[in-house]
Amino acid sequence: MHEHHPPRPVPRKIFTPGVCVLLAFVAMALGYSIYRFIFGIGSITNLDDQYPWGLWIAVDVATGVALAAGGFTTAALAHIFHRERYHAIVRPALLTALLGYTFVGLGLTVDLGRYYNIWHPIVPSMWSGHSVLFEVGMCVMAYLTVLYIEFWQIVVVEKFKDGANLPGPFKVFNPLIDFFVRISEKTFKRILTLFVIAGVVLSCMHQSSLGALMVIAPTKIHPLWYTPILPLLFLLSAISVGFPMVIFESMLASRSFRCPAEMNILGPLAKVIPLFLGIYLACKLGDLAIRDSLHYVVDGSTESKFFILEILLGVIVPMLMLLFRRVRQSPGLLFTSATLVVLGVALNRINVFIIAYTPVYKTEQYFPSFGEIAVTVGLISALIVIYRIIVIVFPVIAFPTEESS
Amino acid sequence: MNRRNWFKVIGAAGAACLAETEANANESVSIGDFDDCFGVLTDITQCIGCRKCEWACNNQNKLPVQPLATFENKSVFQEHRRPDAGHYTVVNQYPGSNGEEKPVWCKVQCMHCNDPACASACLVSALEKQPNGAVIYDASRCMGCRYCMVACPFQIPTYEYHNALTPQVRKCTLCYERISTGGQAPACVTICPTECMTFGRRGDLLQLAKSRIEKNPERYVNHIYGEHEVGGTSWLYISSQPFTELNLPELPEEAPPRLTEEIQHGIFRYFIPPIALYAVLGGITCLYHEPDENKPGEEGQQDA
Repeated sequence: MHEHHPPRPVPRKIFTPGVCVLLAFVAMALGYSIYRFIFGIGSITNLDDQYPWGLWIAVDVATGVALAAGGFTTAALAHIFHRERYHAIVRPALLTALLGYTFVGLGLTVDLGRYYNIWHPIVPSMWSGHSVLFEVGMCVMAYLTVLYIEFWQIVVVEKFKDGANLPGPFKVFNPLIDFFVRISEKTFKRILTLFVIAGVVLSCMHQSSLGALMVIAPTKIHPLWYTPILPLLFLLSAISVGFPMVIFESMLASRSFRCPAEMNILGPLAKVIPLFLGIYLACKLGDLAIRDSLHYVVDGSTESKFFILEILLGVIVPMLMLLFRRVRQSPGLLFTSATLVVLGVALNRINVFIIAYTPVYKTEQYFPSFGEIAVTVGLISALIVIYRIIVIVFPVIAFPTEESS
Repeated sequence: MNRRNWFKVIGAAGAACLAETEANANESVSIGDFDDCFGVLTDITQCIGCRKCEWACNNQNKLPVQPLATFENKSVFQEHRRPDAGHYTVVNQYPGSNGEEKPVWCKVQCMHCNDPACASACLVSALEKQPNGAVIYDASRCMGCRYCMVACPFQIPTYEYHNALTPQVRKCTLCYERISTGGQAPACVTICPTECMTFGRRGDLLQLAKSRIEKNPERYVNHIYGEHEVGGTSWLYISSQPFTELNLPELPEEAPPRLTEEIQHGIFRYFIPPIALYAVLGGITCLYHEPDENKPGEEGQQDA
């Protein structure tokens, strides 16, 4: 079997009926966002003084960051642990991470009351090293920069290495692109590994710090989730969801582009997932036991139901499924188990930031407004459309093309 | 670099890291002395629920304000109110304990914690504990992330959700300007007709509270709310009934930032842990080589 197809632009049209539906969602989100920027956050959200954080922080930011973990986990696998056969999935994962973090930034912009001050954390006079959020912010900014450098070096440079040839009005940029491509071929190429390692370190740092955010509210977070080792659990779950996310999106892309799934890469990749999930599960349950909080799991409260859902369907079931070679070799079952892990980690982030959060003076339960949901759905739709455009234009995906297979 | 040197570097980095964490733990035990900070002691037993403090606060802070007479309206007591972007302080009414007919009133506002979670949470230092005791907000720095609101154990910071361009976190300032210039008392304290609030240095207020409780043990529960809660607060309460009956939350003695900052500084002391991780990963990149996968009979191939 031939292992390495070189990545190439996917020979498909950009617009399909599905893309048009996604664009409709984007348009709706745009409409709500414009309304929010004119009339304030309160005009389209259910956020209030009890629930200052809602869907946008839990999903757009926290889940977005977690699900972008495919980027640093595959980068580590291919570039640090030199698993050459997995190079084919590094680029799509890198692109997902790049877009994921970009959209975290966009989602945050909608959520921040003074979005135009988003750059303030980099001003030394405002630095506050004691703030967990400061560390998250700085790491995310740094990592986003690293991702753009990696993407430029790995994908854009390859696309234009034989001379840029943009059509029509973009022609004027051709010499500029050529200039930068030549510079980066001389400089960045040699030190790319340094950036890759930096990306992994930055990821470990902010993935864990994201979990430390809620540690400052011990009296508001339900004991099923409140633990001083929340940062560790966030890091472990991010590492666990990295490969499942790669499998999830790779198989979705294969389906969308009507190409065979890359089972010869994804199957072996899934082999290590039960190990990661097992470590995560052991830490999570062990921590509950040490804190004498296991009884909350079975007390029948809303929190306990969400917790059981998160652990059972998001961790235990896929972990057991993926232990079987038959599951790893079946596209349908592999996709199902990967999807469960992805949804499980998403639910974990929603649990920590919304379900576990009880205001001191709670009068009613927060539920996201239609506007909040519309913005979130629109952001995800935009991400998918831009992903599609980029893989059609740039050499990202290494599908076996019709000619070669 | 050979393998042996490599481990030496890692070992040294690890040891340095441990040493730093210990040093940091010692530092955080002695967080300042807050006796000299300004504060206010509220004696719940003296409050008559006249709400003049609410009026004075709105007036002082240029919040939307109605004539003083409208504050005599007692129907607002029918529901439990919380401070919001237009009210830094509110008075609530609670039934008296021990079958007493007379209700009690409890004024709420920012507690001005000694070790405020909001300020520790803020990533741009927009909220800061001032040496005189007040925890105040600088809107020009704020990004509007509202993490301070998540962090506050008293649910005090409020937000201008309907201001599109320049929304602010709003909360009591302990009348920072008034207390900074010549030690004037906050507006609410000054107006109080029953002098149920006393403004002064926190150390003196604690003494005063203790002596009142000692002299009238039948009048007060033996608990100064704010003496130890979340590391102590500048605003203190004494009362004739347990504070949970007045809707003041039961809180641990440790200030929340002690744990988060310990974790944070543990991870980032002199950037040793991230640099060490970078070094380890760099070492693996250079030294570790996977067995050639193209050889027949490798595990990966079989699984596929």
